[in-house]
Amino acid sequence: MGNIMSDIKNKILEIYPDAQFSEGETLLVTVAQEKDWYPFAKALKETPGLEFDVLTAVVGMDWVESLGVVYYLTSTSRNWEVISVKVSVSDRKDPMIHSVTDLWKVANFQEREVYDFYGIKFINHPDMRRFFLRNDWKGHPLRKDYDANPELNPIPKDDEKNEDDTVSYVEDKDGKVKKVPGKVFEEDEYVVNIGPQHPSTHGVMRFRASVDGETVKKVDVVSGYIHRGIEKLSENLTYPQILHFTDRMDYMSAHQNRHCLCMCIEKAMGVEVPRRAQVIRTMMDELMRISSHLLSFGCTAMDLGATTAFFYGFREREMVLDIFEKTCGARMSMNYNVIGGVIADLHPDFQKDVKELIRIMPDRLKEYHKVFSNNLIAKNRLKNVGHLSKEDAINYAITGPSGRGSNWSCDCRKKHPYAVYAELDFEEVLETGCDSYARYMVRMKEIEQSCKILAQLVDNIPEGEIRAQIPKIIKLPAGNWYQQVEASRGTFGVYIESTGDKTPFRVHFQSPCFNLVGVMNLTCTGYMIADLITIGAALDFVIPDIDR
Amino acid sequence: MDVKIKSMKHEDFKDNEYIDKLVEELNATGASVMVGKFDQLINWGLSNSLWPLCFGTSCCAIEFMSLGAARYDMARFGFEVARNSPRQADYIMVQGTIVHKMAPVLRRLYEQLAEPKYVIACGGCAVSGGPFKNSYCVVTGVDQILPVDVFIPGCPPRPEAMFYGLMQLQRKIKVQKFFGGVNRKEKIQEFFKEHPENEGRMG
Repeated sequence: MGNIMSDIKNKILEIYPDAQFSEGETLLVTVAQEKDWYPFAKALKETPGLEFDVLTAVVGMDWVESLGVVYYLTSTSRNWEVISVKVSVSDRKDPMIHSVTDLWKVANFQEREVYDFYGIKFINHPDMRRFFLRNDWKGHPLRKDYDANPELNPIPKDDEKNEDDTVSYVEDKDGKVKKVPGKVFEEDEYVVNIGPQHPSTHGVMRFRASVDGETVKKVDVVSGYIHRGIEKLSENLTYPQILHFTDRMDYMSAHQNRHCLCMCIEKAMGVEVPRRAQVIRTMMDELMRISSHLLSFGCTAMDLGATTAFFYGFREREMVLDIFEKTCGARMSMNYNVIGGVIADLHPDFQKDVKELIRIMPDRLKEYHKVFSNNLIAKNRLKNVGHLSKEDAINYAITGPSGRGSNWSCDCRKKHPYAVYAELDFEEVLETGCDSYARYMVRMKEIEQSCKILAQLVDNIPEGEIRAQIPKIIKLPAGNWYQQVEASRGTFGVYIESTGDKTPFRVHFQSPCFNLVGVMNLTCTGYMIADLITIGAALDFVIPDIDR
Repeated sequence: MDVKIKSMKHEDFKDNEYIDKLVEELNATGASVMVGKFDQLINWGLSNSLWPLCFGTSCCAIEFMSLGAARYDMARFGFEVARNSPRQADYIMVQGTIVHKMAPVLRRLYEQLAEPKYVIACGGCAVSGGPFKNSYCVVTGVDQILPVDVFIPGCPPRPEAMFYGLMQLQRKIKVQKFFGGVNRKEKIQEFFKEHPENEGRMG
């Protein structure tokens, strides 16, 4: 570990001698001046031997004396090593940072989120609008000096205006920044509005699609219809109190998300989780993955108009929910993981029920393939639709089944093994189709792999404690931590920055669905307007996870 | 008069006082035999074919999907088909958090429902803002923007709890007055007098 870090350090010093390092859990590089950031970022991405090709997370920050952003970068060629880069500006009135959208496309929406929350304007960003809140919102809510007076921002009674105007801040050769107005859609474009309340079974998301005949030319994503401000709420709560939010972001990855936050806090505290709890967590994660993929199967079918397949998916999903209910006490929002382990021991029927599930699943999967996967209409609607190349998947940081459908090996369980995944024998499912059908098939095959994992663990649950002894009042030492897990829809990350208090200074949730919705424009362009819903279904985003 | 619905016995409900009170009110104002019979007929029809609008913003919506699937099968009680268009639906079941950006959209969807129309607030978020009550952009209860008929607590409520709430709505429909008297429509107008909408929006 030390060698690798010093290797990276030397390479970084070659391209940027002013870099300051601080070694925490990952290497943190502080950029001395904001104007150095863009050339440094370009060098980080392009220098052979570094090649940080994935922008994993963008975390906006307010350190009171300065505003800034912490970027997490991953290098696929360097065995998925992660570094973080800190960029800050002290101007609170009109903070500006150079955009990296042209290097990593995923930064487009990420930077809009930071602008929405902190008011940091990104120079050369093509489309600097708010992302979650309405355009008439006053203030930037995650700033520490935000005025939370409800009279400033009452519940709006009038409809939102369709604003096609956007703005970008362009830097000219002399380094002067100019405000340049722009248009989302041109005057003569025909724009179809879909949502926020719409027939697709994925939640309240709004798309504005400009069409030429029936062909989609551009999709503008309007998000924020379920933005609850979880990150701001977390700043005023203690660590155990934050946990329950994770179950309600991506409710189909409740266990994995909560597992991630617990691991991040445990890492910061230096708590060793008992092995029994590790195994239970792993099994719950995989059960959750099965239930999520079954729902995804049902919803994809329903979005195509095949209501019957939906009932098949839900039949098996109820079995998984029964297992959850017996052990956790709830069908959804289980609140099962706690800091140091799990909250309750397994139900006596747990092993029996899991074995039954593993026993029936192969036959049921055959049935699904018979009724839906091999159906001619399903194939016509999904195959060769929504093309996403491997390069784009990496550039847009599309992880999870959708990334693996583009043949990108990106499984966090393999790249950064956690819990007991390192000891398990399972394959990372990859498909080469790069289309909606490939993404769908990855999910179906992942159900098989999850069953394989469960079969290895179900008879090998060790005896022992279910949670470690932890202090009543949890305080994290000063510092920052980032933890990733493989949730049902991709890599889910949690960033915590602490000042040593019992409440966090900043919590950021890096959700996989946020990146997924970022490729809607790319994957839908050139296809029929009717395919927009199926492409969305195959990408399988959960809206509350995007909006948080 | 006893308020009977087909699927659940009167004594199995936990809160019969309020429905008895509604019956008392109904009896006190009185109605002619003809109109009364028509009322009963219409209410019987209405309460047994309640079609919901698909309106789920988060977790509760997934439980509502379970309600539609084979194990719970809400079609048994006449909550037949979830409609995607408010024009074809009878009630709106608000499943999930309503945030500031969504509030005008929800209100518009309610206005697009055809009369007679009902609102169910399902889950902690819709009832009171739930775990997100202190947030800067969450509506703390949909009763601030819509006249709610039934509240279903839970996070998310179990499918059985949703059925209980839906059956409460059936009972409420059974005692409503479709013709004459102080009916629902006037009460809704009263609600909107207290919660005025932006003028000229409907145009």
